[in-house]
Amino acid sequence: MTDAVANSLAVAPSQSAPTARVRSYWGGVWQRLRYDYVTLFCIALIILIVLSAVFAPWLAPFDPYKSSMANRLRPIGYKQFLLGTDEQGRDMLSRLLYGGRVSLLMGIVPVILATVIGGLFGVVAGYYGRKVNMGIMRTMDIFFAFPSVLLAVAISGSLGGGITNQMLTLTVVLIPPICRVAETATSQVRNMDFVDAARATGASTTSILFTHVLINVMSPVLVYASTLVSISIILASGLSFLGLGVSPPTADWGLMLSTLRQSIYVQPLVSAIPGVAILVTSIAFNLVSDGLRQAMDVKA
Amino acid sequence: MTQMAISPPAAASEDPRDRGGPAQPMLIVDGIRKYFPIRAGVLNRTVAEVKAVDDISFYVVKGETLGIVGESGCGKSTLARLLMHLIDRDDGHLILDGDLVGEETGVPLDGLRRALQMVFQDSYSSLNPRLPIEQSIAYGPKVQGASSKVAKAQARALMEKVGLKANLFAQRYPHELSGGQKQRVNIARALALDPRLLILDEAVSALDKSVEAQVLNLLEDLKRQLNLTYIFISHDLHVVRYISDRVLVMYLGQVVEIGPVDKIYEDPQHPYTQALLACRLSMDPEERVEAAPLAGDPPNPVNPPSGCRFHTRCPFMEDVCMSKAPSLGDVLRSSAQDHLAACHMVHPGSGHSRAPLAVRA
Repeated sequence: MTDAVANSLAVAPSQSAPTARVRSYWGGVWQRLRYDYVTLFCIALIILIVLSAVFAPWLAPFDPYKSSMANRLRPIGYKQFLLGTDEQGRDMLSRLLYGGRVSLLMGIVPVILATVIGGLFGVVAGYYGRKVNMGIMRTMDIFFAFPSVLLAVAISGSLGGGITNQMLTLTVVLIPPICRVAETATSQVRNMDFVDAARATGASTTSILFTHVLINVMSPVLVYASTLVSISIILASGLSFLGLGVSPPTADWGLMLSTLRQSIYVQPLVSAIPGVAILVTSIAFNLVSDGLRQAMDVKA
Repeated sequence: MTQMAISPPAAASEDPRDRGGPAQPMLIVDGIRKYFPIRAGVLNRTVAEVKAVDDISFYVVKGETLGIVGESGCGKSTLARLLMHLIDRDDGHLILDGDLVGEETGVPLDGLRRALQMVFQDSYSSLNPRLPIEQSIAYGPKVQGASSKVAKAQARALMEKVGLKANLFAQRYPHELSGGQKQRVNIARALALDPRLLILDEAVSALDKSVEAQVLNLLEDLKRQLNLTYIFISHDLHVVRYISDRVLVMYLGQVVEIGPVDKIYEDPQHPYTQALLACRLSMDPEERVEAAPLAGDPPNPVNPPSGCRFHTRCPFMEDVCMSKAPSLGDVLRSSAQDHLAACHMVHPGSGHSRAPLAVRA
């Protein structure tokens, strides 16, 4: 591409001049994502898992809470039980579908909440710097000092069980890392000249934050948040496994794993099923976030 | 603010935005000062200060181009940011077309922002990588209250003005443009608020020579068309000579010499200016610059030398230079044709052996 000649300042606006193809930022992201088959496959997989959880009542062949003493711990494919039965004779497939509802909720809702709250704190800390930054980031560091599982156990232990408390716990645990990512990204953007140029036009801080800062901070934060979905699911499962999350007989992947633990020598394959569900879901989320990171990175 | 008794070249034409009359300088900078604290220790106490801009005064006449030159780190960019109010000044006044800026009486900051705009050096970091350039240009007018349709139309008109075909470039992202094109976008963005004074901070320094020439010509054309005044900051002495009417030489946060471009280049008074000019590369390969006229880095601005700040590197240094700081004289009361230098060798009766004899009354 050569520069237009400077001397011809009055460029004749000829009608036949070619118009550049308009492609928005997200259009560009989609163009790059289109040929990334691994990511597309994982996105499809996640959609499938989400849909199966949403439509669990219609898809499940049995009542997930109906136990049967006669059919305890049946192997995979036994009669009409596609995935066998658990230690109380409940259908594994039905429980898996219902359990996905709780587990996905635990994976997604805390991450969204933490992204909004942590992102806000991070952007404010990064943009204002100095004392505001000190105050916010040192507070986050206090949370960072604890291993995330330990922190989750501590908060969950003091709040008590239940779905709401578990989500609250996970949100608190996930805020500091997201805040740190947002803060780093913001303080990098903040020192760029285009922020100064925007200030020189007399723009308000809110306007600069929304037009110039947020749009540049969004992609690293979103990508990082998507990796946290799998972490959140695993943490939630861990809490349920320890008895700090949802309580039995609620179907939840972590809880199922926990209760089937004793049966691992009787029916190893059936016991592994909830674990496989957690594994597949978290790997899918991780691969999608990897693909998103590549697609959203446009610093050419 | 009262008008100052100076005799600038007559302004080319009356401008409806003019408030102070053609004789009133576009911008008067009076004793501006910025020290950056250096904090250290557990309590984050200020242990020292970098005297980035130390008591600088000058004025810019309407319609002229004032070149500002000096070594890297002498405070040129800090001065530009101070003028733009991107950093707060510690001391001093700005008078924009007869009105004090940013104080209770006088023009509000918003008015300054519309009249004063800046083109940044780094064309990579000065454009938002996530915004199409049309939106980058339209942002300023939108902030100032234009509807987004009007702002867009204005952005497209400005793109044509700086030589970028709007329907080809409007939707592009900065990474899809070359360095020269990006700098054109930067200029268009600075012009979007219809400013009267443009600060060009190393605006062409990062461009290759052919593109640099194009952008310089563009700047000259725009200046004529839009009745602009420029402050042109650069370390490239050839470019400054080409574009400037007057030149201001900075050393360690202070003005050491100011005057019309020809007087400065033909007859530099300050040894620092002489050394700077001796560093210029010649077109003639026979006249190579064999030894650097100025050795080493400038002294640390945290602890500037006593007396004349240049005495540590000056070939004509004498005792008086170490003890007494030479003054530039009253810049604000001088005429635009005056050639002033802050050197004891220029001032009669300063005590320097090379100084002209004192004029006895």
